[in-house]
Amino acid sequence: MTKFLTLTLNGLGNGAILALTALGFVLIYKATEVINFAQGQFLVIGAFMVYNANVTWGWPPWLSVLFGIASGIALGMAIERVILRRLIGESTLAVIMVTIGLASALGGVVLGTWGAEPKPRPTFIPHGRVNFGDVGVGADRLVAVAVAAVVLVAVGLFFQHSRHGVAMRAVADDQQAAMVQGISVNRIFAMAWALAGACGAIAGVLLASMSGGYGLELEAFAIFVFPVVILGGLDSVLGTVVGGVIVGLLVEYTKGYMSVDSSQIIPFAALVAILLVKPYGLFGQVRIERV
Amino acid sequence: MSRAYRHNLNGSTLEAGALQMEIKDITLRFGGVRALDGVSFNVAQGDIHAIIGPNGAGKTSLLNCISGLYRPQVGEIVFHGGDRGDRNLVRTKPGAIARLGIARTFQNIELFRHMTVLENLMLGRHTHMSHHLLASFLYYGPAQRQEIRERELVEEVIDLLEIQAVRNKEVGALAYGFQKRVELGRALCMQPSLLLLDEPMAGMNAEEKEDMARFVLDVNDLAGVTTVLIEHDMGVIMDISDRVSVLDFGRCIADGAPAEVGSDQAVRDAYLGQEANA
Repeated sequence: MTKFLTLTLNGLGNGAILALTALGFVLIYKATEVINFAQGQFLVIGAFMVYNANVTWGWPPWLSVLFGIASGIALGMAIERVILRRLIGESTLAVIMVTIGLASALGGVVLGTWGAEPKPRPTFIPHGRVNFGDVGVGADRLVAVAVAAVVLVAVGLFFQHSRHGVAMRAVADDQQAAMVQGISVNRIFAMAWALAGACGAIAGVLLASMSGGYGLELEAFAIFVFPVVILGGLDSVLGTVVGGVIVGLLVEYTKGYMSVDSSQIIPFAALVAILLVKPYGLFGQVRIERV
Repeated sequence: MSRAYRHNLNGSTLEAGALQMEIKDITLRFGGVRALDGVSFNVAQGDIHAIIGPNGAGKTSLLNCISGLYRPQVGEIVFHGGDRGDRNLVRTKPGAIARLGIARTFQNIELFRHMTVLENLMLGRHTHMSHHLLASFLYYGPAQRQEIRERELVEEVIDLLEIQAVRNKEVGALAYGFQKRVELGRALCMQPSLLLLDEPMAGMNAEEKEDMARFVLDVNDLAGVTTVLIEHDMGVIMDISDRVSVLDFGRCIADGAPAEVGSDQAVRDAYLGQEANA
């Protein structure tokens, strides 16, 4: 029982990071219908920017994290402006190929800039164990859960209530109608990429703390974003939370009860099983198109 | 219509009857096809101005040129904004045209289907809400106060169009007639200086048509909003419009008061075919 609870708490920590990473992915897909395979690189680059500010330049932690988020925003907006805006109207496949290419290009930049050697984990996030009875969990996982909860609720409220959030949903719903309401579609696209970059940076730092430290390995974790978003539905913010938690728990349970190797496979097997029953994901919008 | 509304739905500052829009020699080509071929006519402030013509005559294309969705190769569309000055709408982006107060509806209803009626109408207020992204994230404070102000006007539009009952329903689930009304409502929420309606009564039964005609007339009478509409039902056109322009194969073949246009030989030919008159 203790083992089960420990694995559950760890899994929730994973789930939080996955949900944050997936959120960035979903924001971009929802607004622009681009499948961004470079979301993992957003994590790595955002995290390394925090590392630079905090360790290399000796900035205080809060300023370093803000700097990381700002860099994520700048990166997202730059990619949208310089690369993806030229591809508006191109086929989905072409856009996917570009984001895959972008992922390896950014990976190369990271390798060239920061090297292959992982850097020690951030010191400003507490690492001690927190014990609930005889169940212990790393404090960094609790921090991850709290931060993810705050960000997800903020984004949820933003979509529900704010003018810009509602405008973003409007663009996702009907671009032509949005344009004639005076909504600038370009600006909304930029906003989606900016938010995705910010989410990536936050998730990246948390992940650097929970795993071995800052390093290119962080992007390997991002591969689990695909089962998360496909489970939750490509366009659902709530789905990222549910999908994130399911995949996060699956990974931990298989690690604990089976083996580390199988934890790389089981989430994808579950993904296939769920897609057989719910082809649009658990919360995805069912699109019926009559031709 | 007896109730007094607090908000003026008309965004134009021109005197009734003043020249509001000049369509000058508009030519729009898709490849080798001329959708519009040297179309010219004027629209006066406060008129209900109908555009009629057979299918494929270029009516919707013309509305798309006015709202910036299409870019004609030749000609200009001068919009007189009163205090806001004059502006050529050709080569102006749709968003900027919306900010001039040019609102529209679409033939095939382009509503935000996954949002509620209220959210759709609030989006019609988008150009009037000015707080920036950061305030938007903080929400409580300026953004919320602004939203409460905007809601007043939106509620008046809801009242005017008699859609109180469906206020919080998701638009995609509404009956067709209601969707048409919500789309008109969203355009009105913009406080338009010019309202473009693309077949507001298409696909409706006689009773629904009558309702819609009444709303269009109310908006025009009460607020003096200039309305350019495309419609096929000649009975409705003759009843409600102040001026009619007729398109046929991309050309403007007649332009005048409904009675004049109705008795025009070229119009009869276009509508009834030449043999019918022979």
